[in-house]
Amino acid sequence: MQDKLYNYLLMLGDNSMILGHRLSELCGHGPSLETDIALTNMSLDLFGQVRSYFQYAAKLKAGDATEDSIAFLRTERNHHNALLVEQPNEDFAHVITRQYFFDQYHLLLLEQLCESKDEQINAIAHKSIKEVKYHHRFSKTWMKRLAQGTRVSHEKMQAAVTSLYPYTEELTKANAVENEMFNQGIGADLASIKSVYYEEVDGLLSNIGLQKPEEGFFYKGGKEGIHTEHFGFILSDFQYMQRTYPNMTW
Amino acid sequence: MKNEWPLYEVFIRSKNGLEHRHVGSLHASDAEMAIENARDVYTRRQEGVSIWVVPSSEITASNPENFGELFEPAEDKVYRHPTFYDLPHELKHI
Amino acid sequence: MEHSIEYLEKQFQDRIDRGENIEAKDWMPEKYRKTHIRQISQHAHSEIVGMLPEGNWITRAPSLRRKVALLAKVQDEAGHGLYLYSAAETLGISRDELFHQLHTGKAKYSSIFNYPAVTWADMGAIGWLVDGAAIINQVMLTRTSYGPYARAMVRICKEESFHQRQGYEIMITLCNGTEEQKAMAQDALNRWWWPSLMMFGPTDAESTHTEQSMKWKIKRKTNDELRQQFIDITIPQAEFLGLTVPDPDLKWNEERGHYDFGEIDWTEFWQVVKGFGPCNKERLKARNKAWDNGAWVREAALAYSEKQSKESIRKAV
Repeated sequence: MQDKLYNYLLMLGDNSMILGHRLSELCGHGPSLETDIALTNMSLDLFGQVRSYFQYAAKLKAGDATEDSIAFLRTERNHHNALLVEQPNEDFAHVITRQYFFDQYHLLLLEQLCESKDEQINAIAHKSIKEVKYHHRFSKTWMKRLAQGTRVSHEKMQAAVTSLYPYTEELTKANAVENEMFNQGIGADLASIKSVYYEEVDGLLSNIGLQKPEEGFFYKGGKEGIHTEHFGFILSDFQYMQRTYPNMTW
Repeated sequence: MKNEWPLYEVFIRSKNGLEHRHVGSLHASDAEMAIENARDVYTRRQEGVSIWVVPSSEITASNPENFGELFEPAEDKVYRHPTFYDLPHELKHI
Repeated sequence: MEHSIEYLEKQFQDRIDRGENIEAKDWMPEKYRKTHIRQISQHAHSEIVGMLPEGNWITRAPSLRRKVALLAKVQDEAGHGLYLYSAAETLGISRDELFHQLHTGKAKYSSIFNYPAVTWADMGAIGWLVDGAAIINQVMLTRTSYGPYARAMVRICKEESFHQRQGYEIMITLCNGTEEQKAMAQDALNRWWWPSLMMFGPTDAESTHTEQSMKWKIKRKTNDELRQQFIDITIPQAEFLGLTVPDPDLKWNEERGHYDFGEIDWTEFWQVVKGFGPCNKERLKARNKAWDNGAWVREAALAYSEKQSKESIRKAV
């Protein structure tokens, strides 16, 4: 049972960590100073969540585990984030669309985790949901702005939606760990999240004049540790110091 | 330049009970974004509980050249201040 | 009543001599305005370009704690750039124009950021030395005569107080670590020491702006005084770390009550100022790229806001 909970924490933490990493790549390269600062704030919020999840996971694991050994020393196949969050910062349209697709899920997820029977998860969710409400508001507003701004921005947004929409389903498709956690009253009920999620997302897209892709194909695998080819590059960046200089204190 | 986001002045209330104070300015495409930007730029360290934003172009300011006529006449109206009135020291609560 | 320029300039100088602040709408000599636009915008550009060398290490920070601290620090630099651009804008120039000056290479920024951050220890050395040198300058500037600039500096100094500590803590950790880590720290000190001393600008004898700047209280100490102050407080900090400052001529001068130090390589200084430092081109390229890639985003947001406000007017009618 502790194993399942441990894995559940990795899933929660990895989503925040990899998305936080993608946002952190943008620090200093945003479209305006104000937006740069806003994106970094979201990255910081996400890394804050990562630390909470991984500190808890480290306690469960006992032994020498720390938040850093969990964050920095796992291999590709042992990361459990959804594929959506590892998609690269193609352009600002992709950044915003990826963010909105995730935020909408994240918000619904945390609403449920605020009811979790697990005290720690419950507490983390209560703290995180305030942050994520803001992320959601931010990304949703930018979705509108860019979809309805200029012709160019509309086209870029359409391209981003077309390429990222197929990564959404994985978010709300429960795997064995998630099912088990839900059954124990610890985790969220992804089936109920799914219907609200698509009501919201599809509703927004149609409101702001963006089309979801016609083919209903979806990508999956991240939760089981089968990632896109981008992932190894993320890790080689992220883990560079810990791998090059093992067993040191920083 | 033609496509620059307009400038907004930002006022923050640091806690309830205190007034909003001018903290600086920023650029935003509209008031809604200005509030969001102000939150991200000026309240990163819990500096505020409430934000006002005003387009800088909407502010009308007094002209410093009129300093004399505007503000100097108040200088000799010392009777507006409590210290103008001479009361015995032993008197309390007045 | 019309006053002659000489009369106004005299009045203006008297105000500064009395220690009054000058505010945006006050009369000021054209040269005062231009000098301030130049200096404040250079300062702003330095914050923005300064995000790049440290920004490069955010994704590779060795622990979560270090990562969030570095992210927050680099983000602060964006904020500080923003405060400073705002201060410059009160003098009647737009941020876009200032960016244009930066992107076209017309404007200068602190040369220190044209050096590469090659190892993690550089995050320590930059925080400790570069921020340390900047703080000395910035504390002085909180009392500068131009109100908006002084207020921006107060805010910046308050926020920056964690930056140098963040850097020094990285150095301490490295120096208490393995041989390899300590060597990394020493190497970073070796590379950042001289460029940090150069941050205070040319010697007083060579400095063209100092005299006027002192008169207007933009500066209250000369380049050489500030540099000496920096050296005097930094040497004991290096000793505490057990690191050696790369200057064989460095020694305490009992008589002066200051450290004597070796000759700065001014040829290198001018080379970097003139655009031939190790990273000048990369830094400008990165700034230009971010700006150009963001153009459609800024345009779209503005177009959207304009449509919204038209829409709300239409509804109101």
